[in-house]
Amino acid sequence: MKHVYGWLLLTPAAILLIGFTHYPAAATLLDSFFSTGTALRPPRFVGLDNYAALAADPVFRQVLGNNFWFALGTIPTAIALALLMALWVNRRLPARALVRMAYFTPTVLPMIAVANLWLYFYTPQIGLLDKLGALFGAGSHNWLGDPHLVLPATMLMVVWKEAGFFMIFYLAALQSLPPELEEAGRIEGASRWYFFRRVTFPLLMPTTLFVLVNATINSFKLVDHLFILTKGGPDNASSLLLYYIYQVAFSFFDTAYAATLTVVLLVLLAALAIAQFLLIERRVHYR
Amino acid sequence: MKRILAVLILSLCAAAPARADTTLTFYYPIAVGGPLTKVIDGYARQFESENPGIRVNPIYAGNYDDARIKALAALKAGQSAPLSVLFSIDLYELLEQDAILAWDEVAASADDKAWLKAFYPALMLNGQYKGKTYGIPFQRSTIVLYWNKDAFKEAGLDPDKAPATWNEMVQMGRKLVKKDAQGNIVRWGVEVPSTGYAYWMFQAFARENGQDLMNRDGNRTNYAHPDVIAALQYWRDLGAKYKVMPEGTVEWGTLRQAFTEGKTAMMWHTTGNLTAVRDTAKFPFGVAMLPASKQRGSPTGGGNFYLFKKTTPEERKAALAFVKWMTAPERAADWSMATGYVATRPDAYATPKLKEYAAGFPQAIVARDQFQYATPELSTFQTGRVRKLLDDAIQASLTGQKQPAEALKAAQAEAERLLKPYR
Repeated sequence: MKHVYGWLLLTPAAILLIGFTHYPAAATLLDSFFSTGTALRPPRFVGLDNYAALAADPVFRQVLGNNFWFALGTIPTAIALALLMALWVNRRLPARALVRMAYFTPTVLPMIAVANLWLYFYTPQIGLLDKLGALFGAGSHNWLGDPHLVLPATMLMVVWKEAGFFMIFYLAALQSLPPELEEAGRIEGASRWYFFRRVTFPLLMPTTLFVLVNATINSFKLVDHLFILTKGGPDNASSLLLYYIYQVAFSFFDTAYAATLTVVLLVLLAALAIAQFLLIERRVHYR
Repeated sequence: MKRILAVLILSLCAAAPARADTTLTFYYPIAVGGPLTKVIDGYARQFESENPGIRVNPIYAGNYDDARIKALAALKAGQSAPLSVLFSIDLYELLEQDAILAWDEVAASADDKAWLKAFYPALMLNGQYKGKTYGIPFQRSTIVLYWNKDAFKEAGLDPDKAPATWNEMVQMGRKLVKKDAQGNIVRWGVEVPSTGYAYWMFQAFARENGQDLMNRDGNRTNYAHPDVIAALQYWRDLGAKYKVMPEGTVEWGTLRQAFTEGKTAMMWHTTGNLTAVRDTAKFPFGVAMLPASKQRGSPTGGGNFYLFKKTTPEERKAALAFVKWMTAPERAADWSMATGYVATRPDAYATPKLKEYAAGFPQAIVARDQFQYATPELSTFQTGRVRKLLDDAIQASLTGQKQPAEALKAAQAEAERLLKPYR
C-alpha cells in the first residue's frame, strides 16, 4: 500500500519528465536512423547514413569549432568577471544597492532585446563603437561583417550579458562565509590576496562548480542573438551548433539530419557534465 | 396554439445552423501588432460585410519562416488553415509536402480564368509549376536603387540622374565617397546588403550580367556560369578594388538607417522599404531601376496566397472569393500605397487613386517599370539548402575568404548533388 502511495506521488512529475524530456530524447535518437520523410517519400531506415553525412559536412565541423572557441572565450571570462564584480560589490560601497543593480541589469533583459541593442553598437559608422572610435580618430570597423571579428564580437556581448547573472551566485556565497575567518586571517597577518587564494576561493568552489556547469550549458544553449545579429554569417563564421540545428530543422526541413545533430549535442553536453562533476568534484569542499 | 408556436421556434433554431457561416482562417506572415495588422483586419471586416456567410479569421504568424513552420505544423496535426500567405519561394517545399492545390482547379468560371491572367507575368513565375498556378501574388516587392540627391549635388553630380550601368555606378561611387581630415571614410558610394538575403541581391547582379540562377522546374542551378562568376567578382570589387562600398558583409537590417543618416549615397534595397525611407529621410531622394551590365534586371520577392489541399468545397469557394476580392485592382492599389509593395496587376495602376498618388510620388512606380526585366526569386526543390549554399559562397567571396570562382563552383557541385533526385 505504501508503495502505491509513493508511486502516486511521483506520477505527475514522472509524466512531465517522460513526456517532455525522456521520450523526445529517445525519439530523436530513433529519428536519426531514418531518412527525412515528405508526403511523397515516406521516411525509411538508413542506418548510420545520417552520421556519415555529418562526418563529411564541412559546416558541421565549422560550427563545432566555433562553439569550442565560443565556450573557451566566454566561460572563463564571464566567471572571472562575475567573481571580480561580486568581491567588489560585497564591500562597503557608497550606493552599493545601485551598483549591484547596475551589474545585474543585463541579465534581466531578454536576449533578443540585448542583441538588437548590440546590433546598433556594432553597426559601422552609425554604431556606438564606431562613434566612440571616431572621437579618437579611429576609422570605421565592420565588426559583424568581418569573419575574424564576428565571433569575438558576439562573445563580448554574451560575457556582458552573463557575468551579472553569475555575480549573484558569488555574492550569495560570499555573504554566507563566516566573518570570523577574515578576522582570524587578519590577526595571523595574512595578506588580502593570500586570504583570497587560500580561504575565500576554496570556500567558493561549490559555487564555481555550479556556475561552471551553467556557463557551459549556456555556451551551447544561447543562440538567440544570432537570429538578430548575424544569422550565423558571414559564411557561417559566427554560427553555433544549436543555431545550425535550427536551420537544418526549420529552414531546410531536414528533420532526420537535425535529429542526428541533436544527438551529437546531447552526447556532448552529457559528456561535459560528467567530466566536470568527476574532475572538479574532488577539488570542491562542501561544508 | 402555444405548442405550434414552440415547434415553429424550435424548428427555426434548428434550421439556423444549416446555413452557418463558412469560417476562412488564413495565416498571414507578420508579427502580431505590426502596423499592417490593422490594414489586413480592415480588409477582412470589409469583405465580411460585402459577403455575408463568410467569416475571415486572419492569424498573424510572425515572419515568413515562422508562418511556413506554423502552416506546415498545423497541416501535420491535421488542422490546416484553408488559406495562407506564405513566401513565394516556398512553392517547391509545399508541393513536396503535397500540401497545396492549384488555383486552376477551383477557378472554373470564365471570370475566374480571366482573373488568373490579370497579374504581371513576372509575378506569376514563382507561383507556377508545370503549367499550373499555385501562388497568387499579394505582397510583392523587388530591388531598386535609392540615391541621396543632396550627396549627388555635393559630389558635383547631376542629382536627378542615377547610374544606368555598372561602370557608371563605380565612377559615380568614387566621386561620392567622402573622407574626413584623418582619411577615415564618412560616406560610402554605394551599399548592397549581404547578410539577410544575399542570394536575392546576387540574383540582380547575375541577371544584369545575363544569367538566371535556376531553371523553371526548380531542379537545376546555374551558379558556376562564367558570367555568374563575373557578377560576383563585380560585387566583391565594389569593396575590394574600387573602394566605393565597405569590405566584408553589409547588414540588411541597419542599411536603411545608414542611408537615411547619409552614411551611404546609394543603396540597393527592397521596395518594401520605400514608405519607411520616405518617412525618415531628411533629404530629397530618388528611386531608380538597378544599373545594367548586359541588361537591366532584378528579382521579384515577397508573399503569395496558397490554397491548401485539406479543405472542404465550401472553404475552397470562400477562399477563391476572398482572394479575388483581396487582389482586385482597387485593393491592390490601396495595399501598394499603404505598404510600398508593388501593385500586382496593370489595371491597379490605372485606378484614379494610384494614378494620383504616383503623380505626387513618382518613386512609387519605378518598381512597376522594372518588371519587364524581372526574374523570379531563387527557388528550387530543397530550397533552404540550395539557397544557403549560394549565401555562403557570396559571403565567403565578399569577406575575401574565397575567390568567387572557387566558392561558386563548390556551391554548384553541392547543389547538383542535392537536386539530382528531382530530375
